[in-house]
Amino acid sequence: MNHPLEPDFAELIERVAGSHDKAAFAALFHHFAPKIRSYLRRLGVGDTMADDLTQEVMLSVWRRAGQYDRRLAAPATWVYTIARNKRIDALRRDRGAETSLDDTIEQEPDDAPLSDEIAIARQMREKVLVAVDALPPDQARLLKVFYFEEKSHSVIAEEMELPLGTVKSRLRLALAKMRTLMNMND
Amino acid sequence: MDMDDVRQELLMAFAAGRLAEPVTLAIATHVALNPKAHAVVRAYEELGGRFLEELEPEPLPPGSLDAVMALLDTPPVTPRPRTGIQQDPSIPPVLARYLPAPIDQLPWKRLGPVAEYPLLKEVAGYKTQLLRIQAGRKVPQHTHDGNELTVVLRGAYGDGIGHYARGDLSVADGSINHQPKADEGEECLCLAVTDARLRLTGTLGRLLNPFIRF
Repeated sequence: MNHPLEPDFAELIERVAGSHDKAAFAALFHHFAPKIRSYLRRLGVGDTMADDLTQEVMLSVWRRAGQYDRRLAAPATWVYTIARNKRIDALRRDRGAETSLDDTIEQEPDDAPLSDEIAIARQMREKVLVAVDALPPDQARLLKVFYFEEKSHSVIAEEMELPLGTVKSRLRLALAKMRTLMNMND
Repeated sequence: MDMDDVRQELLMAFAAGRLAEPVTLAIATHVALNPKAHAVVRAYEELGGRFLEELEPEPLPPGSLDAVMALLDTPPVTPRPRTGIQQDPSIPPVLARYLPAPIDQLPWKRLGPVAEYPLLKEVAGYKTQLLRIQAGRKVPQHTHDGNELTVVLRGAYGDGIGHYARGDLSVADGSINHQPKADEGEECLCLAVTDARLRLTGTLGRLLNPFIRF
């Protein structure tokens, strides 16, 4: 949900796509670049690398703005997936790999008409946000820390001053609840 | 452990970018072929988006915006390796990138009714393979020391526990003694990733190991 005073980021991305609007891009940069940097740093990316990768992510935002579809993802979600893939690619580059996940990972599944996909995406998106809001705050936080901050069970236990077993059982509980709330048991 | 829980956790971990490369490849292939899995991943990515929005911004060094602005009018220079396999509709691009040649021209190693082609050999701790099972034939009965993820690309197979067609993901742990059998009439082409060392015992074990360890 955008803050009332915040610009409409979806519209800014669309302006970049539609008319190569550099002012719109600058506004996206001001908002997202410092968050991307923060995201990368939390995942243990070093300072210089985080700066470089953030610039690469923003360059992808510019180049791939035409692929953004506001019906399928929130602006922050789209930016997040680019940052995630860039980071994975950077790790693979360290290993000497040449192929890039960045522009292949988001493929349209075959045989799915876009209208179906949009409907399913909207439905799932609403469900996941409702589900995560319905979790007790400690469980929601655990999910986020475990998945998006790449911390191990034991590091989380230490930071939250909880026994390791408690962390594990709460995490499993949170996952099971998410699954139930999202009706994914079929 | 309930295999649906494992599938769920794999999709979330994939959305979070936390899976080792062979597992990422298996899940990305599954997601590319399966609209429902794709929708679930998209939903979990919303959590990633929300997480990104909640982060305290960290300022970039001065001049960063100018540096990027200076590049905006430059066309991307990265050459895209093309193998021609992109034309094969049974292979999603995310997987095609890893193949040096079209399916029929890969150096397959034939073992009875099954032919194997290894991928990602440089990634320690995992065995990643394309498998072709002849129509109507069985894979020799086996258990796994670790976990096995299988994504069907073409054809279908059953293993007495389930039946899997194009785009389906099966998750088997060491406790499952199964004997996959390809359906009659068509060869079954799959991507299989085995984590050779650990068993699934209540957590995802190695499957969830962060990418960065490799």
